[in-house]
Amino acid sequence: MSIIQLYAQWVREGKLKVNSDWNKDLKVKFTVQDPCQLVRKSLGDPVAEDLRYVVKAVVGEENFVDMTPNRSNNYCCGGGGGFLQSGLPEARREYGKLKFEQIMATGATYAITPCHNCHAQIHDLSEHFEGHYHTVHLWTMICLAMGILGPNERTYLGEDLAELLMPETREAEE
Amino acid sequence: MAEEAIKISGKKKSMFIDKVKQLLPDGGNLNLCLTCGACSSGCPATGLEGMDPRKFLRMAALGMDEELLKSEWAWMCTMCQRCIYVCPMKIDIPQLVFNVRGSRPRDERPKGILGSCNMALKHDTCSAMGASEEDFKFVVEDVAEEVRNTQVGWEELQAPVNKQGAMYFLNQNSREPVTEPDEMVPLWKILHLAGADWTYGTKGWAAENYCMFMADTESWKHIVEVKAKAVDDLGCKYWLNTE
Repeated sequence: MSIIQLYAQWVREGKLKVNSDWNKDLKVKFTVQDPCQLVRKSLGDPVAEDLRYVVKAVVGEENFVDMTPNRSNNYCCGGGGGFLQSGLPEARREYGKLKFEQIMATGATYAITPCHNCHAQIHDLSEHFEGHYHTVHLWTMICLAMGILGPNERTYLGEDLAELLMPETREAEE
Repeated sequence: MAEEAIKISGKKKSMFIDKVKQLLPDGGNLNLCLTCGACSSGCPATGLEGMDPRKFLRMAALGMDEELLKSEWAWMCTMCQRCIYVCPMKIDIPQLVFNVRGSRPRDERPKGILGSCNMALKHDTCSAMGASEEDFKFVVEDVAEEVRNTQVGWEELQAPVNKQGAMYFLNQNSREPVTEPDEMVPLWKILHLAGADWTYGTKGWAAENYCMFMADTESWKHIVEVKAKAVDDLGCKYWLNTE
């Protein structure tokens, strides 16, 4: 099973006390990539709904912008099927241009990618085509929204969120 | 679109498409194409190598096996299945692509995918980056220890390895333990707060399976079996994907 289903369940049950208040005034916009393997090829639109439920709970419904098309009808980003390892980077980026334009059209500054291949590809597309959006894992945003995202766990956040809701740390004991 | 018209030779060849039909339930509907082009119009790989899904299928139907096998396009299609999703006849073009991939001699398939598949076959971890059982256990325990020592409120954080009878067997893409171990921590925190009964396993923990992408069905099967056995041996109820 997918942990996305459990995230949604745990948020509904109140076990994960996420909150989008941090983004009320910031209004940072997020979009989400529906991974082909997770949505179209495995669990279908219900898991795409779980994904959106969690994302909206974490960033605020008004700060979520969907891509078009989406869910089971979403375009593959070009990171799947081994494309990242196939030694065909030019074709891979040409393939990904559609995804890049789709993300840019949302106006979002963050793309949440709950799949490793999507994350690597969408991150690369932003750098290659100079899209200036950030690419983050879902776990990063869930922990940020609970105020428990540690200082070493913020690699993929942009400057705007890099210091936000930083939890307390202490020196390691020798 | 193609720059030149496709020329069909008079003699009917071996017909790769017939072999694939025999493998698929209902023949993968490969002979039901209405040539409507819905597949190609929504395919991000359309145009690469002068190819698109409809053309790929038509070429197979015309017995142009040699041209299909020679093209790199089968490695540019990600087998994302959007073409099936939009197809009124639900034609399984990705399976055709998969079988074209598998028809190329193994050592001539893309080096990166081949290397990742071969690496995964070396250890029972199934890691495409070659991380061993000891490496994985060490990294997980080391990172968890550091969090317990440095992050206030996380003194009790656990990242269990080989915990017998846990509900969830969590897998992990090799990328985290090998190149960015701190990215595992948010996941552990979430599992902790949810009170989830989970574990990693030193065997079969790697989420990736490049042998599948390489269309090496025997190796693909081997990897799946190693992972399934790891879950069963620990008595876990669910194989849990991090994605």
